[in-house]
Formats: sequence, C-alpha cells, structure tokens
Amino acid sequence: MQQSVTTAETSATTLSTEGNSLAHVTIRGLSKRFGSAVIYDNFDFDIPRNKFTSVFGPNGCGKSTLINMIAELLPCDAGEILIDGKKVRDVRFGYVFQNYREALFPWLRSIDNIRYPLKFMNLSKAEQRARVDKLVEYFGVKIDLTKYPYQLSGGQQQLVSIMRSLVVEPEILFLDEPFSALDYEMTLFMRDQLQKVFMETETTMVLVSHDLEEAIYLADHILLLSRGPAEVADFVPFDLARPRHAESVTEASFVSTKAHCLEIFQREVRKG
Amino acid sequence: MSRIVPFYGVIGLIIFWYIGVWVEIVDPVLLPTPTQSAMAIWNGMTDGGLLSDFLRTVERTTYSILIAAVIAIPLGIFLGSSEKLYRSVEFVIDFFRSTPASAVFPLFLVIFGVGDQTKIFVASFGAALVILFNVSYGVMNARKTRLLAAKVMGASKFRVLTDVMLLESLPQTFIGLRNGVSLALVIVIVAEMFIGSVDGLGHRIIDAQMLFEMPDMYAAIFVAGALGYGFNLLFLTIEQRFVHWSGK
Repeated sequence: MQQSVTTAETSATTLSTEGNSLAHVTIRGLSKRFGSAVIYDNFDFDIPRNKFTSVFGPNGCGKSTLINMIAELLPCDAGEILIDGKKVRDVRFGYVFQNYREALFPWLRSIDNIRYPLKFMNLSKAEQRARVDKLVEYFGVKIDLTKYPYQLSGGQQQLVSIMRSLVVEPEILFLDEPFSALDYEMTLFMRDQLQKVFMETETTMVLVSHDLEEAIYLADHILLLSRGPAEVADFVPFDLARPRHAESVTEASFVSTKAHCLEIFQREVRKG
Repeated sequence: MSRIVPFYGVIGLIIFWYIGVWVEIVDPVLLPTPTQSAMAIWNGMTDGGLLSDFLRTVERTTYSILIAAVIAIPLGIFLGSSEKLYRSVEFVIDFFRSTPASAVFPLFLVIFGVGDQTKIFVASFGAALVILFNVSYGVMNARKTRLLAAKVMGASKFRVLTDVMLLESLPQTFIGLRNGVSLALVIVIVAEMFIGSVDGLGHRIIDAQMLFEMPDMYAAIFVAGALGYGFNLLFLTIEQRFVHWSGK
C-alpha cells in the first residue's frame, strides 16, 4: 500500500510540474462511496492531453465509476473534476458505452443515430450532413446505414455508436469497455479503427478495459488502479511506435510492459 | 400448409358444435346449428339491424378509448417521468384499477344520467387507468443507458423526455391501449345490456335472450367477439407499423 501511494504521488507531481498544458483532465480531492463501500477517497489525478490513457484494475475498483464521474453521468460526493479548467458540461466530449444495444436509439436509422448529437450544436442541415458524410467516408463504412441498429451485427452497432461519439469532433473521448461484448475478430478490427482515429485526430482518449492486452495495445499510458478506495497503483508509460498491429503484442517492450502491469495487478488483487 | 394451421381450432369447434346439436346435448331450442347462427349473422348484418347495433357499439367503444387515451397518455408520461411522483399516487391508481368498473355504474348514473355519455365515461374510466398504469411504467422503465446516452450528447431534460422517454414508453403504451380497449368493450357491452339502452350489441344480446331468439343471440355474441378481436388486431397492426423496434 505504502509503495503504491508513493508512486501515485510521484506521477501526479511529475505531471503537474511538467506544466498545466499537459493535463487535459484534472481530478482533485475526488471522493465517492456506494453505501458503505468507499470507492474513492480524496483521489487526485491528471489525465494527459492528446494521449491515449487506458484504465485497468481489479473488478469493482471503480474504473467505470471514474470516467462516469468525469462525464458527469454519476455525481461525485466531493472533489472537483475539470477538463481544460472547465466543467464537463461546457466541453465537447464523446462517450462510448459498453452496451451499444441499449445506448443506440432503435427508433432511429443508424445514420440518424450518428447525426443525433449534432442537433445540439448550432449547425445547418447541410453542415450536419457534411459532417456525417465525412465520417462515413473516413471509416470506409460498408454497412447500410439506413438500416435500424437492431438490424446490424453487434460490431456494426458499436461502430455506429463510436461514429456517433466522434461526429461532434470531441475534445476528449471516453470509452467504457467498448469492445467487451464483441467477438475477437471484431475486437481486433475495432481496436485498429480506434487507433487510426486517435493517430489522425490526436483526440485525448480514456479507455476503461478489463482486457490488459487491449489496454496496453492502444495506450500511451496505462493507469493501474488499486482497490477500495482506489489509488493510483502505477501510471505506466508505453511508447511503442504507432501504428501498432497484431504482431506488436510479441515485441519485447509490449511483453515487458504487460508483465509489469500484470505483476502490479496481481499484487492489488491479492490485497483486496 | 402452415396457413391452414390456425383454422384447425375453428374447424374443430364447428364439428364439436354440430355433434352437440346432433346428440342433443342441450335443448335444441337453446342451441341452434352453426349454419343457423351463421345465417342469423348474415341476415342481421344485411337488413336485420345487427349492423346498426354493431356500429353503435363500435362508436361507443371508440369514443371511450379515445377519451381514455387523450387523458391517460399525457398524464402517464407526466407521472412516470418522476418515480417519486408516481409512487405517491400508485396506491390510488392501483386501487381504482382493481375496482370493478361495473361497481361504479350507479355512481356515474347519478352524476351523468342514463344517456350515452354514462356508458362512455365508465368505459373510459376503466380503460384510462389501465393505460395510465402502463404508460407510467413504460416511462419509468426507460433504459437507463439510453437516457444517459442522450444526456452525454447534450440533450436537456426536456429533450431526454421527448426524444427518448416517450419513444421508450411506446411499446408499453400499446400494451396499455390493447388491454384498455378490451376492457372498454366489456364495459360498453355490459352497460348496453343493463343501463337504459335501446341499441348496441349488448342490448341486442339481452333482447334476443328475452325473446328466445337463439340464433340472433348467438349471432350478436359472435359479432361482439369479432369486434374485440378486431380492435386488438388493429392496435397490434398500428404497433408493428409505428413501433417497429418493439421487442428488439
């Protein structure tokens, strides 16, 4: 425990001394409890700008809770979360849910699902259409977007869901276990689609994952959380050149990073 | 092949009925043959007044369900949009939903007199509670993730209500409408039987019974059955057309 606290403080300090522009999201004094379970107690953390941060940790440690509180889907009990010094409601952001089936609107055609968030921006119909067209072209979408979501496969639905979150050209994108309900083949494909978007737009992304390989594969940094109350167990940088591909997982730096993360993860699980 | 399957039951019933008549299971005066009953329907519908009675019942039931829907759907959305609000009136709704509508006939008679409006209002009362209950639950059970999804995309509380909750509640609303129209028909028929009526299927059934015109009575009963079935089918068709995502 002592060890992890020290690491947490070190990484937080390192980031803040490197200048404020590096931090996109600043979390200060965050506390959250569910009933008697303390999930966060005076938690501080900075999420770096234009980087891909993966959040990984034992079950129930509050990975999803963290991004839900940042996105204001859940209220926090105490503390302050600012994105670029602003409240999240004043920021353009995207959020991809794990359960795409329940996150998409079944009464709208897929294309209208993608267009939906544009309603809340002051855009003309033509601009809205142009945005959607651009995105569709960008993804090289081969699915028929005039279909309703329930007529598409799981992977196609999640792709629609991701496109819906990107159409507003978000400053920051949150992803809550977005691929965990997809089959392996689709997961690999979606990872690479997401990596491509990240490389081209450099949008700050925060991914919650329960799959360590996926978390590392996509990340610039892996945030490892401990359990009850959550602390930063480690904040591991991973700078393997992009684009990463299927073979990247066998490279030495990948293997050693994974081993390191796994070791910390197991240490945290044993503690729990 | 599969298209005839649904008719097996009907054919079976008719055969069973013929056998019943043939072995005189009951007094032949009380049980006419299927052919006699079918003829009574045909004659009644072409010139015997069955058609006008049928139309009167359709009219009353339609008014009842319209009034019920116009009141109960907006009210159900309003109550359902706040779980706390709904819980505060839940007992009252459940109590009156459990009260047999026929028990309030005398009360409505005193208030509204013996005219048509009494029958329509009692039927509306019964149907409205069923619709209200279903709409409220439809709104309250709107998928949490879907509401959150709208919220993170920047939808205001009002837009979440109009863009998500309303549509989410539609499948349940249609369940309410289907149950509501069945109940309204039951109440209308009963009211036509016993509350100063001169027309309607209920009136015709009671009349035929008193005059011992059995084929006419069976004819009116079957037409009432067809009407109930038709209403249900109508709402199902509308639902499948407009709530295409229901159950998906």
